[in-house]
Amino acid sequence: MSEPEGRGAAPGQTQERGTSDETSLDLPRRQAGGRASAAAISWIREAALLPVLAVLLVVGAILNSHFLTVSNITGIGQQASALGVVVVGESLILLIGSLDLSLEATYGLAPMLAAWLIVPVASFGSGTELNPFLGILLVFAVGAVIGLVNGLLIVKGRLNGFIVTLGMTILLAGIQDGIVKGQSPFNWPTAFGWLGSANFGVVPVSLIVAVAVFVITGLFLRYHRSGRAIYAVGGNLAAARAAGIRVDRVRIWVFVAGSVLGALGGLMEAGRVSSVASTQGYGEGIIFTVFAAAVIGGVSLRGGRGNMVGAASGVILLSLVQNLLDLENAPNYWIDAIDGGVILFALILARVIGGEAAAE
Amino acid sequence: MTVGTVPAVEAAGIHKRFGSTYALRGVDLSLLPGHCLGLVGRNGAGKSTLVSILSGILTADAGQVLFDGQPAPSDTAGWRGRIATVFQHSMVVPSLTVAENVFLGTQPGRGGFVDWREMRARTRSVMAEWGFDVNANAPCGSLTVEQRQIVEIVRALAAGTRCLLLDEPTAALERGAVQRLFERIRQLRQSGVAILYISHHLEEVFEICTEAAVLRDGELVLSAPIADVSKDDLVTAMVGQIRHPERTHPARRPSPSSPSVGTAAAASAPGTALTVSDIALDSPGTSLHGVSLTVRPGERVGLTGLRGSGATMLARIVAGAVAPDAGTVRLGDRALRPGDRAAALRAGIGYIPEDRQADGFVPLLGVAENITMAIVDRLARFGLVSPRRREARAAPLARRLSLVSAGLGQPVGELSGGNQQKVTVARALARDPKLIVAITPTRGVDVASKELLLGELDRAAAAAGASLLLATDELDDLVICDRVIVLVRGEIFTEFTDPPFDRERLIAATEGMGAAA
Repeated sequence: MSEPEGRGAAPGQTQERGTSDETSLDLPRRQAGGRASAAAISWIREAALLPVLAVLLVVGAILNSHFLTVSNITGIGQQASALGVVVVGESLILLIGSLDLSLEATYGLAPMLAAWLIVPVASFGSGTELNPFLGILLVFAVGAVIGLVNGLLIVKGRLNGFIVTLGMTILLAGIQDGIVKGQSPFNWPTAFGWLGSANFGVVPVSLIVAVAVFVITGLFLRYHRSGRAIYAVGGNLAAARAAGIRVDRVRIWVFVAGSVLGALGGLMEAGRVSSVASTQGYGEGIIFTVFAAAVIGGVSLRGGRGNMVGAASGVILLSLVQNLLDLENAPNYWIDAIDGGVILFALILARVIGGEAAAE
Repeated sequence: MTVGTVPAVEAAGIHKRFGSTYALRGVDLSLLPGHCLGLVGRNGAGKSTLVSILSGILTADAGQVLFDGQPAPSDTAGWRGRIATVFQHSMVVPSLTVAENVFLGTQPGRGGFVDWREMRARTRSVMAEWGFDVNANAPCGSLTVEQRQIVEIVRALAAGTRCLLLDEPTAALERGAVQRLFERIRQLRQSGVAILYISHHLEEVFEICTEAAVLRDGELVLSAPIADVSKDDLVTAMVGQIRHPERTHPARRPSPSSPSVGTAAAASAPGTALTVSDIALDSPGTSLHGVSLTVRPGERVGLTGLRGSGATMLARIVAGAVAPDAGTVRLGDRALRPGDRAAALRAGIGYIPEDRQADGFVPLLGVAENITMAIVDRLARFGLVSPRRREARAAPLARRLSLVSAGLGQPVGELSGGNQQKVTVARALARDPKLIVAITPTRGVDVASKELLLGELDRAAAAAGASLLLATDELDDLVICDRVIVLVRGEIFTEFTDPPFDRERLIAATEGMGAAA
């Protein structure tokens, strides 16, 4: 018996504790092998997908010479950034142990409403020709209001989050379609589309914004008391409440923050494609990709577990695969099937690499 | 050794009513620094309500809670600074580290930003100050129940609280951990911490408390220094003046007067009801190394041992709930498919699982439906079950176990813990089993119900001519057994064949000490 800690029975002394030894106090230390390796293990968990991403890059480079070019990479960055911002929003909501299906409808309706008010009648606007900066503010306000309504219904009204946000999704998508009668407003002042379309040198602004959102949210979750409260609420609601954390307030604010991020993602997407389609969001069914990216990245659907490094790698993984399929001219009618297969495969992979706690 | 004269916590004239039922009626309670008050009472006596009021979760309808002679603070944060409760249900967040759980909601830092280094350092210093040893950086999900409890105690101490409320802290601990907890409680007490200790186990109260108080029907019926009361005094106070004649110690068996007339004959019946041979299992918590035993028809065999000894695991294997790596289970002369609960049930093994919340019943379904769950195939005609047939089958069982419910249709989730347990017992009896496997059937049940339940289990087994395999770590449960097998580290250590069993020797045997009986 090797007992490095010297807690074991002295030679000759009868071991009284018997099997209780397996529950003795130095267990976590033995399991985790000291502080340093405990941290290392959690870091490995967070970075579980990094080797997969590396493999994917190599495979991509071999398959297609265009894959690792600057223009392709920045293109991926621009495409992925709108999705990424929504994934951050959904991850926050998943962390408190809830879920929000309506982010995809917020992603469509918030920029749609603003665009409709901004552009002239000829480009399917309402004719009010709202100032584009006010329009951007409106995008965020719409997000905040939707999040607040969801939060109040779920937290204060104690309604089931799944069904509330499902109803909300259909309602919002219906409004999105209804106000423009199925048309796609376009031709807005540059300012409104700037976030999604402009570049600093070769770097798209939307990529910078998305990276900033990931980093700030990650630091907030790790270092701010409210960020820690999100983990506590999602990990054990009763314990958080007993510890004096204002559980309801935290949950409502997270719904608001999540929806604002959903709206921001929608604004970036609108800028990228220079119009808001009546199908943007709900019509494209992006929420499935959002959930898939978060869960592949290790954000638990049960709440309390997950982080931004993981969420980001989930987004990047799915975006790289998508880009490869585009480059390789995968047959159009099969894109969905391939996408679904990739998501399932990535989930299995995340479980294999990340262990029991991953991808639940 | 600061033993003051101003009570650390005092409850004065606490009244609390839920709808038309009084939960508490004018309870006065006071606890001095450095003292440990053991609060006991049957299920439903008002203990939980009192705990909630003292913890500031519920507000009393009338009366006052005082800390150090001052009225309790009106805000939650202030209240938590005065008294800390370690609840039965773990209040740690499994995905967070020990340090974070200790400072949950009160993380040190500036401007809302958490100072992780400071938080870890302070956790370590509090741990060191009170002689605890849990890695501040470990995620709480990886801790044992005992360590999680330490985290909660340290949380209280770190907040500067000198008044602790422990709500059945030993319920989920194995014996060694209980002893260590007691040492900690003594140490805390000597440093002037006031402790309110709530328990179902009277011997624990006698072991560590300086005073005892008994709640009955919402009233404090006894409060005295521990030296002035006996175990019988406490039981009498808990149960009230009228003690049911039938509940006087099933320990006095084998009693010829009990209805178990068939027992003596059955116990000596030839042949074997159950043959377990060479069971081996290698699993993280528990291992078994070639365990064999036999149970005769009508015999009641106890299995006991420390947590991790394999006693519980062996019972689960016999019941077909777990498949062993090797070995066979035979009922009569039929070999059972390992790990196939449905096959075991059909063969005649009734099962009372350990975790009744998880495995024992379906909370939203009614009493009758739960009781008859295992016999649906017998009740059904062409796949349809009439509620009347179901209730007709369930009613006699419910009556026999004195199950109290608003009707056989009442959802089991609404019943008290004791009655829920009776439902699981009734379910096990419903199929006229040849063998009943019961795992800690009395956990979380109050003293009086415990004896009733054990007596009924015993009687029901005898009436049905069934054998009983009772795996438990509550030594009191073993009084109904004819024979007790003690497991240590996955092997049969010894066997006691001569009831009544000596408590001391049983305890020694579970620890792997003492020669065989």
